[in-house]
Amino acid sequence: MSRNILHCDMNNFYASVECMLTPSLREHPVAVCGNVEERHGIVLAKNYKAKAFDVKTGDAVWQAKQKCPDLIVVAPHYEEYIKYSKLARSIYERFTDRVEPYGMDECWLDITGTEKIHGSPDAVADIIRKTIKKELGLTVSVGVSFCKIFAKLGSDMKKPDAVTVIPKDSFRDIIWDLPASDMLGVGRSTYRKLSRYCIRTIGDLARTDPDLLRDRLGKNGTALWNFANGRDISPVIPSGFASPVKSIGHGITTVTDMQNNDQAWPVFLELTQDIGHRLRVHQMCAQSVAIHVRDSTLFSRQWQTGLDIPTQSPMVIAESAFRLFRQRYKWENSVRSVTVQAINLINQDTPRQINMFMDYEKLERTERLDMCIENIRTRFGNDSIKNGILCPDIGMPPKRAQITMPTGMIG
Amino acid sequence: MESRRKVYVEVNVTHMTDGSAHPNAIKFENAMTYNIDRVISRCRAASTKVGGTGIRYTVRICGKETFLFDEENGKWFVEAKTGQVPH
Repeated sequence: MSRNILHCDMNNFYASVECMLTPSLREHPVAVCGNVEERHGIVLAKNYKAKAFDVKTGDAVWQAKQKCPDLIVVAPHYEEYIKYSKLARSIYERFTDRVEPYGMDECWLDITGTEKIHGSPDAVADIIRKTIKKELGLTVSVGVSFCKIFAKLGSDMKKPDAVTVIPKDSFRDIIWDLPASDMLGVGRSTYRKLSRYCIRTIGDLARTDPDLLRDRLGKNGTALWNFANGRDISPVIPSGFASPVKSIGHGITTVTDMQNNDQAWPVFLELTQDIGHRLRVHQMCAQSVAIHVRDSTLFSRQWQTGLDIPTQSPMVIAESAFRLFRQRYKWENSVRSVTVQAINLINQDTPRQINMFMDYEKLERTERLDMCIENIRTRFGNDSIKNGILCPDIGMPPKRAQITMPTGMIG
Repeated sequence: MESRRKVYVEVNVTHMTDGSAHPNAIKFENAMTYNIDRVISRCRAASTKVGGTGIRYTVRICGKETFLFDEENGKWFVEAKTGQVPH
């Protein structure tokens, strides 16, 4: 049976929310930008008036101002974006329980089998578009098709405030002439590889021998060939489904670059406080730790190491991560940002093999102390207790709302 | 188009047993209280004039229809005419 899939993409989401909340902004070019002092000074979103000046997402603020001197720069209000993202999702859920978010501003909806209740798929898409506009004052582009990939492609084809239908019987005429890079799964690097074989459009991709694609791109090649031929069978995951946690990480760009190990240690310790808490929430223990370091030239390196014993302890994870950092990082440049990740997670109830030479009593004491700190934080707030070394200003930017960004849907 | 501004107001509300809310009167920024003669309709909507969203009550006050928005965070606002102070 053919499926009916919608992909709803809220247009210029951050910028649209700002313009909706402050209508006087609507008449001007507007860009939502990160804080320059915190060194996040890039364009996160822009409205159509700013787009007309070629202001692009990812431009530095000074670059954007150069392109458009009258650009109004506003700071992001993540709490508002989360609020409107949830409200939009609640509208989608009036039509189906199979709503799969893809970032804050995009969702797939599987409305197969609801025709007798809500009408045809394109009618539902139009109702959603109008409802979002009326209730939230925001615009949405909706793609309607028989698979997730083409629904997403459809929502990108007409913007803003529009519905695009890609039917099963005529999808070749509609999309095969589009550049392959328009399709989800074909990023810059893949597109470069495809171009070497003169594969430039989605049609070229569909007509290529799938064995060649598999040879050159691995299983991703086979997946792309299937997508281009309309054979994407990936399901829309129902609301409330939580995918298993594979790693827990926390990273930060410090306000000023770190110059030496003494400055780096408190940052590692601060990052692992949150990791320890989240490991407890998910009832997991880390068997390994990974660090990702970016220096002042924006060059990145990543290393990982095993832990002596699976743990949730922030101190143990921090010490291992920092030991790895000291061994590997040669301080040729100052450090701009650090990410620590707890990886190879196992359930906290899994029996642990003790190493003959380790001081298990010390480990137990550390874990009891961590549990005690966790309890105090639960009762009195995160800042109620902390390591003395974290009390002075260690150059961490202020805390803000946690946002989960979309991950790849392939694989 | 007539220019409007967002004005948060105090609202006297009756919360019904079915969970719905019935606004009875608003206290404007000049401290004047205006009784709501009638709630004409209620829907979820965005304010296109002053920005923001919530549950929009179309109400009749002193014979004139106007919108009253419940932001569902304990705050209510109206779309007041700029420069006009109600009397």
